[in-house]
Amino acid sequence: MADVVVEARGLSKRFGALTAVDRLDFTVRRGEIFGLVGPDGAGKTTTMRMLASVMLPDDGQIEIDGIDVLRHPERTKQHVSYMPQRFGLYEDLTVDENIRFYADLFEVPPQVWRSRADAMLTASDMTTFRARLAGQLSGGMKQKLGLICALVHTPGVLLLDEPTTGVDPVSRREFWEILYGLRGEGVAMVISTAYLDEAERCDRLALLHRGAMVHCDTPAGLKARMPGAMIEIMAADPRPLWEIVRTLPGVKEVLLVGTGVHAHVDDADRRLPEIEQAIGAAGVAASRIARVSPSIEDLFVALLELNGKRD
Amino acid sequence: MRLRRIKAIAVKEGLQIVRDPRSLMIALLLPLMQMFMFGYGVSLDVQRIPLCVLDNEASQQSRDLIGRFAASRYFSLVRALGGQRDIAPRLDDGTCRIVLVIPSDFSRSLNDTGAGRLQALLDGTDSNTANIAANYAKAVVSAFSISLQLETVQRKGGVPQSLTPVDVEARVWFNEELESRNFIVPGIVALVMAIVGAQLTSLTIAREWERGTMELLISTPVQPMELMIGKLLPYFCVGLADAAICLALAVFWFDVPFRGTVATLFFTTSLFLLVVLSIGYIVSVSIRSQVGASQIALLLTMLPTTLLSGFAFPIDQMPALVQGVTFLVSARYYILILKAVFLKGSGLTALALPILCLALYALVLVVLAARAFRKTLD
Ligand SMILES: Nc1ncnc2c1ncn2[C@@H]1O[C@H](COP(=O)(O)OP(=O)(O)OP(=O)(O)O)[C@@H](O)[C@H]1O
Ligand SMILES: [Mg+2]
Repeated sequence: MADVVVEARGLSKRFGALTAVDRLDFTVRRGEIFGLVGPDGAGKTTTMRMLASVMLPDDGQIEIDGIDVLRHPERTKQHVSYMPQRFGLYEDLTVDENIRFYADLFEVPPQVWRSRADAMLTASDMTTFRARLAGQLSGGMKQKLGLICALVHTPGVLLLDEPTTGVDPVSRREFWEILYGLRGEGVAMVISTAYLDEAERCDRLALLHRGAMVHCDTPAGLKARMPGAMIEIMAADPRPLWEIVRTLPGVKEVLLVGTGVHAHVDDADRRLPEIEQAIGAAGVAASRIARVSPSIEDLFVALLELNGKRD
Repeated sequence: MRLRRIKAIAVKEGLQIVRDPRSLMIALLLPLMQMFMFGYGVSLDVQRIPLCVLDNEASQQSRDLIGRFAASRYFSLVRALGGQRDIAPRLDDGTCRIVLVIPSDFSRSLNDTGAGRLQALLDGTDSNTANIAANYAKAVVSAFSISLQLETVQRKGGVPQSLTPVDVEARVWFNEELESRNFIVPGIVALVMAIVGAQLTSLTIAREWERGTMELLISTPVQPMELMIGKLLPYFCVGLADAAICLALAVFWFDVPFRGTVATLFFTTSLFLLVVLSIGYIVSVSIRSQVGASQIALLLTMLPTTLLSGFAFPIDQMPALVQGVTFLVSARYYILILKAVFLKGSGLTALALPILCLALYALVLVVLAARAFRKTLD
């Protein structure tokens, strides 16, 4: 398919005995936002690094724009922009100096990068910060600057590793506006995220667990795969709740979350009163019991369960 | 290779240097401090060594010779001894560090064969001072024999057939004041340049790893060669400033005579800088922490420069194998060049061989430095 920009086949990476990325297969097309989701240590960053060819896979292949990345790691770097999870710009350089540095490294003609930078700085309300050192920007502005630097040349592929972690919701929305704009321009994007709402904005999602791909589908497709529903029970001390609820019929999985527990049940309408009753009978305090839409973690756990991969 | 990328890296690195006043101060003050520290600490100048003489001849010539020792500021004549048995007690009780024994046939053999024999007995407990004292004594004697020969030549109107031993002659010739400092200070300049040069670059790559900027940098099309050139350029400028400081101190503070040209000096210093900057860069590439890189760079430059360059220990007195190793120490060539430029005023042609060695060295290290960097995280 001419549309496929990124193609990974059997992609694997091991660190000693640990398999960080385990035989991944996926493709990303022009104008597609492809999400990598998974808990800490799932292998998202490692996958990104191999796509950015800053790390060599142990097995498998990557093609970007039809170029074999393993054989020509430098050739694809012209077309790929990578925004690492850890802020990668120079904190002792100003906003302008950082932008210029990356424009120079990618040999973008001056008038091109200047107008691009102007437009993007204006769009992200950062024109007044041009002379400020990057280290003195807020977390959200740092991430936006990272994106601007990544976009100062015109990449065909954009790799974003948790770009909105620590960014306030408003800035996150602006961030996504930019990504949608790029999608319209046909840029292929791979983005890893820890936020459910962001995962839902992706065109397709890959769920990673211990380096392996558990599911890969559109957000709606993934949700459809999750059977049953999620019930949230809030309490100051969730531990006894967890003990009680996990033994009840129809409860597949109970997860401790910060303020309570999430119970994955086969049928919310039927199990909700049962749970209420059981908690009341046990005399355990609970402040709220309600059906909630599954969080990314719930979805993830449920889908893992379904796959029988959880141990 | 793209000029634009090299320039971008050099500008970025330069901005980072300028924006970090503390490290810039260190880069400029460190050589200053080290020059003073080593200049006074290592200075092997020994003056007014207490001297006793046992003049078994008491002739005009023996008295002339003793007069030369007494006049030299390296010795102070403490007393004349009466006989052989006085020697050991005087050395033992510390009255003197050196005893000069003039045999009873001194002037006769000097006039007959043109070669006189002298005996110098030294207190060897401080072998360093003893060594220096022996060298000074040789120098005084050879100065004496030169003037003796000149006299003979003037009298006979001929040319002297033999001169005093080359080694001693060279010292007297190029270092009339017999100041060991004149020999030491150029070595110190080389030592300081080696330490500071490697320190400058040892941090440059390690810093990118530590601050997390490397991952993004290696995801760009920048080539290792561009990165190296771009990164070395600003430090090269700082290094030249350091060299100017060291050399100015050598001339204006330590009063080392400067007979060469500034152009030769800076050309050869540039070559040496390339070597040490590359060493620092290679260390920085191999060791991803700043502290570790800085320490390894210090070891790699200071040890060979102090031990194997001929700076502190004469190369010709080393075991043959170690002598062979000294050819791999770049400071060896630089010190040789510095001494020659300073004391002899040698130019590029006279120094062609050591300069060639240094240039070759620089070339190899720059190539190694360019290849040492791998654009990968693993
Ligand atoms: N350079 C490395 N050396 C050894 N182990 C590594 C290395 N990089 C990653 N790992 C391990 O590989 C696994 C996958 O790590 P990775 O950073 O890819 O996960 P991630 O999904 O990005 O996690 P996070 O959400 O915390 O960013 C983890 O167990 C991690 O400890
Ligand atoms: Mg990660």
